[in-house]
Amino acid sequence: MNSRENLFNKVWDLHKVATLPTGQDQLFIDLHLVHEVTSPQAFQMIRERGLTVHHPERTFATADHIVPTDNQQRPFSDYLAEAMMSALEENTREYNITFFGLDTEYQGIVHIIGPELGLTQPGMTIACGDSHTSTHGAFGAIAFGIGTSQIRDVLATQTMALSRPKVRQIHVTGTLPPGVYAKDIILRIIADLGVNGGIGYAYEYNGDTIASLSMEERMTICNMSIEGGARVGYVNPDETTYAYLKDRNYAPQGAQQVQALEHWASVASGPDAVYDDYYTLDAESLAPMVTWGINPGQAIGIDQRIPRIEDIEDPQEQESIRKALDHMGFCSGESMEGKKIDVVFIGSCTNGRISDLREAARIVQGNRVAPSVQAFVVPGSKQVARQAEAEGLPEIFAEAGFSWRHAGCSMCLAMNPDKLQGRQLSASSSNRNFIGRQGSPSGRTLLMSPAMAAAAAINGAVVDIRKGGRI
Amino acid sequence: MKEPSGIIQQTAGRGIPVRGNDIDTDQIIPARFMKVVSFEGLGEYAFYDQRFTEQGAPKDHPFNDNRFKGASVLLANRNFGCGSSREHAPQALMRFGIRAIIAESYAEIFQGNCTALGIPALTLSSRDVRVLMDVVEDSPESVIGIDLEDKRVMCGDLEFSCDLPESYRNALTAGTWDSTSVLLDQLDQIREAHSRIPCFITHQE
Ligand code: SF4
Repeated sequence: MNSRENLFNKVWDLHKVATLPTGQDQLFIDLHLVHEVTSPQAFQMIRERGLTVHHPERTFATADHIVPTDNQQRPFSDYLAEAMMSALEENTREYNITFFGLDTEYQGIVHIIGPELGLTQPGMTIACGDSHTSTHGAFGAIAFGIGTSQIRDVLATQTMALSRPKVRQIHVTGTLPPGVYAKDIILRIIADLGVNGGIGYAYEYNGDTIASLSMEERMTICNMSIEGGARVGYVNPDETTYAYLKDRNYAPQGAQQVQALEHWASVASGPDAVYDDYYTLDAESLAPMVTWGINPGQAIGIDQRIPRIEDIEDPQEQESIRKALDHMGFCSGESMEGKKIDVVFIGSCTNGRISDLREAARIVQGNRVAPSVQAFVVPGSKQVARQAEAEGLPEIFAEAGFSWRHAGCSMCLAMNPDKLQGRQLSASSSNRNFIGRQGSPSGRTLLMSPAMAAAAAINGAVVDIRKGGRI
Repeated sequence: MKEPSGIIQQTAGRGIPVRGNDIDTDQIIPARFMKVVSFEGLGEYAFYDQRFTEQGAPKDHPFNDNRFKGASVLLANRNFGCGSSREHAPQALMRFGIRAIIAESYAEIFQGNCTALGIPALTLSSRDVRVLMDVVEDSPESVIGIDLEDKRVMCGDLEFSCDLPESYRNALTAGTWDSTSVLLDQLDQIREAHSRIPCFITHQE
C-alpha cells in the first residue's frame, strides 16, 4: 500500500469504472440517498426513457425538506408539499426502494439518518441530490452533492461522470477553548479561505483537534465544506468512527465486521500522504463565530468587529461587504454583540444532532427565552428526537419557552411553514445566511453554534457565551 | 424556444447582464418555488425575489427589463450559482430562455448542472465580463457569439478567449452532455465494479 496516497484518491481509484470520452471518470456509487425535493424529476426522466433503477438495494429515501414540523397530519395542508410527498411514496414503491417515511421510526434529515442508520461507512462513494451530502465525509467516505440530471444517472446506472478534484489538507491542531465548537472551526475556515476557496478541491480535515472530535462534530465540519466551495470534505476513519458504527442498523456485524474494519482502515490516508494544497489552523486561537453578512464566509469571532470597508483593497470585496451590510442593516466596524434577535432556530443537518441539542439544553436550562424572541428546536431525525425525549430535553426547552418540533429541515430553508417574517433577524444553528434563505426575502440570518444560538434566545440578543459564567 | 439538444459547438444571442458577485441559487430560484414535481413553468420564477417586491410589484431587474427581452446569453460576475445543488436554478434560467452563461467564475456544482442541460457556462476575465456587460447595457441589440470549438466569445468588433473545463467542452461539442446514455455504454464495467468493490451495507430490517 502506497503510504503517500490520500484517502480521496484511494477511494476514487477503487470506484473508477472507466474514463469517458469527455475525459471525465465514471465512478461507481456505493450508496445513493434520495429525498422528496430533488428526486421526482429524475424518476420522471428515467421513466420517460424506459430505464429503471439499477441498484434499488443501494438506494434509500426519506422525506425532510418540505415536512411540516408541527402538524404532520396527511394530507399536508400545503398541497404542493403533499404532491411531492406522494410522488416520493409512489416512486419508492414502484422501484422497490427502502423509504424512511413519516410512518417509520427513522425519518429525518437525509444527512442525519444515513450516519445514524449505519448506511454511511468509510471508503464509500455516496451521492445525494443535496449539496450538504459532504456531511457523510466525516466517516471517511467521499460524498457528493448532485443535481437532478446526476440523480437520474445514478438511479439508472449507479454511476456518475465526474472530474477528479484536487485535495487540500486542512490541518487543525490544539485544544478547542471553552465555548468554541466544531461549528466555529468550520466557520473560521470558510472566513479565512473564502466561499470560493474550495472550488475544485476536496477537503481532508486532519490534525489532533479533528482526531479528538466526536463523529457528530466531524459531521458538522464536513457538512459545511460546501459553504467553503469544496464539494467534498472528509475525515479519515479511526477508532471513533468504528465505535460509532458498531451495532447500527445497516452496519456490518460478526465476521463481516472484521472484514469491514480491515477494508475501512486500508482506505485511510497513508502516514506520508501528499496533498495538492495545505492549510493550517490553530484551534486554540478560535473564538465563538457569528456571521454578519449574507454568505457564510462573512463571519467574525464574537470578539471581533465587522470589517471596515475602507480597510479593504479589492473593490469587488468592498462591493460584497456593502451589499451585505445594506441587507443586514449593520455598519462597518460594528460589534455583533448586543444585536437584538427576533427568532432562534436550533436544528438542521449542520447542528440538529443529539450532542447539539444537549449543548443547547445545557445553556437553556433554568432560563427563559426573552419575551421578544420566538425560539424553536427541530431535531434532525426521529431517532434524535427519541433520544432527546429519553433525556428529558424537550421539557427543558419547553420550560424555557422554546417550541419543540418534529424532525425535518424546517427553517434551514423554509420550504415548510416555518419561516421568518419581514426583516426579522434570526440566530440560527443552520448553514446558510443567503438573502431569503429562511423564507422571507427581507429576512436576516446570523449563523452560529447551537450554544451561541441558545444563549441568544435567553438574552434576546447576540452574546459571547464565554462571558458571564455561561460556559 | 426549443430546449438544447445534440451537438453544441456554437451559440449566439443577445446578452442580459446580471451584475454582482456570489449570486446564489436561492436568488436564482427561491426555495419556495421548488415545491414542484416537474421543472415546467419554472422560468417565470427565475430571480423572483430580485424582480418583484413582497407585494408582487415589479422591481428594477434585468430579467424585467424590456430591453433585454428575448436575450439568451446571461452575463454574470464572480462565483455565480453558489449555494445549493438544486438543478432548479439552471432549469429556471433555461426555461426563461437562457442558452449560455458567461461569468467570471462559478460554483462547481452549478457549472456542472448547466452543462448537463446543454447550457455552456463559460468563464472570462473580470475585465472582459465588465466590457461585455457595458456593451450590452449600452446597446442591448448586440449579439454575442460563442464558439466552443475555439473557445471564443465575439461581440461586434470585440473578441475574447473564454474558458470552460475541457470535459464540459468535450461533452457539449460531442453532444454527449446528456450523460446517462454515455454512462450506460459501460454496462459490463459497471457490473464488474459492483462485484469488485467491497460493500458492507447489511440489510437487517
Ligand atoms: S437541513 Fe438544511 S442544509 Fe440540511 S438538507 Fe435540510 S435544507 Fe439542506
